Amino acid sequence: MSDLVHDLVGITPGDHLDTLRAKRPIARRDAQASYEELIVSPTDLDRASAAERAAIGYWVAALSQAAALGEHYRALLASLDPAVLDALVTAIPEATTTGPYGAYPPGPLSVEDEDGLHWTAPAALHSAVGDRLAAALEHTHLLTFRPRDSNPKALQALLDAGWTTDGIVTISQLVAFIHFQLRVIAGLTVLKEAN
Amino acid sequence: MTEQVIRHPDNVEPNAFTQAQLEWEPWLEPKPIEALTQTDREALKGRRADSPYFRLLVRDPIVLGARTRADIDIFTNEDGGLPRPERELAATAASRVNGCLYCASVHSRAATELSGRRDDVQRLLDDGIDSEQDERWTAVIEAAAALTETPSQFKPAHVAALKAAGFDDQAIVDVIQSAAFFNWANRLMLSLGEPAPPARG
Repeated sequence: MSDLVHDLVGITPGDHLDTLRAKRPIARRDAQASYEELIVSPTDLDRASAAERAAIGYWVAALSQAAALGEHYRALLASLDPAVLDALVTAIPEATTTGPYGAYPPGPLSVEDEDGLHWTAPAALHSAVGDRLAAALEHTHLLTFRPRDSNPKALQALLDAGWTTDGIVTISQLVAFIHFQLRVIAGLTVLKEAN
Repeated sequence: MTEQVIRHPDNVEPNAFTQAQLEWEPWLEPKPIEALTQTDREALKGRRADSPYFRLLVRDPIVLGARTRADIDIFTNEDGGLPRPERELAATAASRVNGCLYCASVHSRAATELSGRRDDVQRLLDDGIDSEQDERWTAVIEAAAALTETPSQFKPAHVAALKAAGFDDQAIVDVIQSAAFFNWANRLMLSLGEPAPPARG
């Protein structure tokens, strides 16, 4: 059975990391199941299309500078919508920063408030990918770098751009899941190199 | 008419990290209990069906089911690996870095219940990831915090510090998966609703 984490970290059956992951078999199986349902073969493509999902996946991985996963989603998006991929690749340098940053509700934590890039899709990207996907990419940027700045207005922007409530739940899961996936890959890759 | 988000103008959002039980108010409509299908009920297994959070996530039931099962395996499977209090500690550290007050409240409370170290846990909430802790907790907190940054700052030095503190590779896999999982959970909790104080009517 295929397993993306195994493939991207370079884990082979019977090796040390394979044995370690085998001790958490459900976590391994359901990480792969989440990836398949969110990106590879979703049950419901009306709420978010295959190309939209691949574009969001690429955007999370590329913004997070997750090299191997970014290459993986880049290839997937290239096979589904090369024009969108080109537009995203062009937009990446100006959108990339480091996180997390953002603001807390006013109070004792306000001393920890830290401002940073509030990215909005440039006009060229809007016309290349459409307003609906552009809104999702802006939301993805918010969730990637400044999740604590989230607010109802950000969800209203998605509704206004044509996303349904079900669709917002799915793309939120997609973005959040990839933040898990890229960190499992990053962590296991470092552990492998350290041994 | 376009769908509208739900706002909670009367809610006074908590503004400090706490181990107290908080509530959570959704910004999108959870699926009504009477509309839950058999598939939805399967996906909600092990979760409270009256929770607005899980009834919102059940709008994508297959993903919710997979996510819940992975969560339970990462945090409760005791076939070797990291002791459970330290898994909750890693979850709390990730939530502290991302700024998820609700997630931090749930998992700091769990860390305290499992470890009996309320004051140490509270120091992590109050002073953050640089709070004074013993060698083992420092190694777990620093590894979880580094992995939570974007891009990840988790390095071989974190693995070395965990090993020096007595953790084996199985435990390190649990640190990685616990922290990684909260980069999933934090983003859902933070972006689909807001925390509320417990006594709100």
